[in-house]
Amino acid sequence: MHGRIRTWGPGALVLLPTVLLLGYFVYGLIAWSFNTSLTDRHTARKGPADYVGLENYTNLFGEERFLNSLKNLGVLTVAFIVGTLIFGLLWALLLEKGVPGESVFRSVFLFPMAISMIASGVVWGWLLNPSQGDEARGLNRLFSILQLNFLENSWWTAGSRWTTMMSIALPAVWQLSGYIMALFLAGFRGIPPELREAARVDGASEFKLYRHVLFPQLSPIALSALIILGHMSLKLFDLIYAITGPNQFRTEVPSIYMWNTLLRSDQAKAAAIAIVMLAVVAVLVIPYVAYTVRQESNE
Amino acid sequence: MTAVEAEAATGKAAAAIRQKPRRGGIADGTTRTSRTVKYLLLLLFLLFVLTPVYVVLITSFKTSADTTAAEQWSLPETWTLEPWRKAWDVLQPYMVRSLSLAVPAAIISSMIGSANGFVLARWRFPGANLVFAFILFGMFIPYQAVMLPLRTTFQELNVTRGVPTLIIAHVIYGIPICTLIFRNYYATIVPHEIIESARVDGAGLIQTYVRIILPISIAGFVVTLIWQFTSVWNDFLFALFLTQQQNGPVTLGLAALSGGQKVDYAASMAGALITSFPTLLVYILLGRWFIGGLMAGALKG
Repeated sequence: MHGRIRTWGPGALVLLPTVLLLGYFVYGLIAWSFNTSLTDRHTARKGPADYVGLENYTNLFGEERFLNSLKNLGVLTVAFIVGTLIFGLLWALLLEKGVPGESVFRSVFLFPMAISMIASGVVWGWLLNPSQGDEARGLNRLFSILQLNFLENSWWTAGSRWTTMMSIALPAVWQLSGYIMALFLAGFRGIPPELREAARVDGASEFKLYRHVLFPQLSPIALSALIILGHMSLKLFDLIYAITGPNQFRTEVPSIYMWNTLLRSDQAKAAAIAIVMLAVVAVLVIPYVAYTVRQESNE
Repeated sequence: MTAVEAEAATGKAAAAIRQKPRRGGIADGTTRTSRTVKYLLLLLFLLFVLTPVYVVLITSFKTSADTTAAEQWSLPETWTLEPWRKAWDVLQPYMVRSLSLAVPAAIISSMIGSANGFVLARWRFPGANLVFAFILFGMFIPYQAVMLPLRTTFQELNVTRGVPTLIIAHVIYGIPICTLIFRNYYATIVPHEIIESARVDGAGLIQTYVRIILPISIAGFVVTLIWQFTSVWNDFLFALFLTQQQNGPVTLGLAALSGGQKVDYAASMAGALITSFPTLLVYILLGRWFIGGLMAGALKG
């Protein structure tokens, strides 16, 4: 027993500081936030506060503004995931057999990942100018130059929840499709060439080759992509902040609403919103982390 | 650094991307027409991605008279550096702060990640998987859930608001991804047998790490350094919650430059370019390692 501790003891010791740090700064602070969310600390004032149970949560879910932000988030997430997966997969499909100048395409498709969402938000906020006709600016102006006037629209500033949040999803799709392309491209290239050749020898058409041989091999990557995009979308903040500013009811999502609540110093409510965000992310991520860790330990 | 190390650094997945498919004797199902269509589509998408770049570049060289609605997509009539000068004057102190924050934050979290990754991959102890899951979850949380008490904690510890708070925050919340990258890196590149024979020879953990692991870690460090530098440089959330204009990083500066009532669009665009320059430079020079970090972000990739 003593000898075994001597072999693995130092390893555990190396990880101890990390476990303590994350124990406090991740799990401890989450518990702290959760605790705040159960109180009536609705001001910036320090000092004792009374526990009110789940009142802040029941208030939130009975509130028009919070439900609006949740619906916005739902629509944004769907538009963002679908858009990014379509572009990412399409680019990977176009590139996977190798074309001349492939590295140029790859680098260009991926470069928006290197830029901050604030910088791209500043640019896209300007591109998504709602003015139309003679006064058209940004993309609307480009549409009229290209004689595509029917495409001109008011972007996020008017119209339904869907058109509003799709306008917000557009820059996010622009920024992250390259990432999904890289994931799928790695997936395609990881498939043994023998598999394709065998299918071709058997006379499978290109369509059948992809549908029955290649795509099934990519499903673990598709799952990863889905989780990553999903949790990115739930956390999206910078882009909306830069494009519309934080004070737009039309484009408000929980992360923005939390910031606005905090500006009014309502700590308990801000904490409750943050905990709801965490719960949504956790539902998505915990099974994924558990699955990954278990799978790796089997290897 | 050898090519082998570099390949392993970017992970099997990222290396696979660069591997051109083998052309066999059997027809690969492409005809000349389909190749042409494919190429045209690719060029179209290339234009879609580069359109914002074009308009940002030309606008940043325009005088205010040139930035009228009708002229938005045309080249400047008179080229001027004025917007760049204006943006630089505003952003320069922020740039200095971001640099003095991103570099140490990236280095420290990479070092911690390397030690953690080594233990989790090759010096395992009972319950290591549980600890790994415990660490990993920290990568995904919405930071809003810790932001308020984090602010209070820093106040109570009397940490100076600004660069120091942000360094600490980015180091701590950067540990999970760095640990993950190094864990996968060592699991790919270091054979179990080497560690075993070192142990048989009586080498302890520190000796093994310093003599065997550290010399082959350069490529792993390149990946985590790039990843951390980029995400710290581009961070806005921590900056907004933990700092103010007079002590905040460059994302805060850009938001100030391009916000408010009367926005100077030419200067905003120049500002967007200036603030993106360091990360773009890293991407252009070290792109293949940048992809390595992206792949690790997808866990197994």
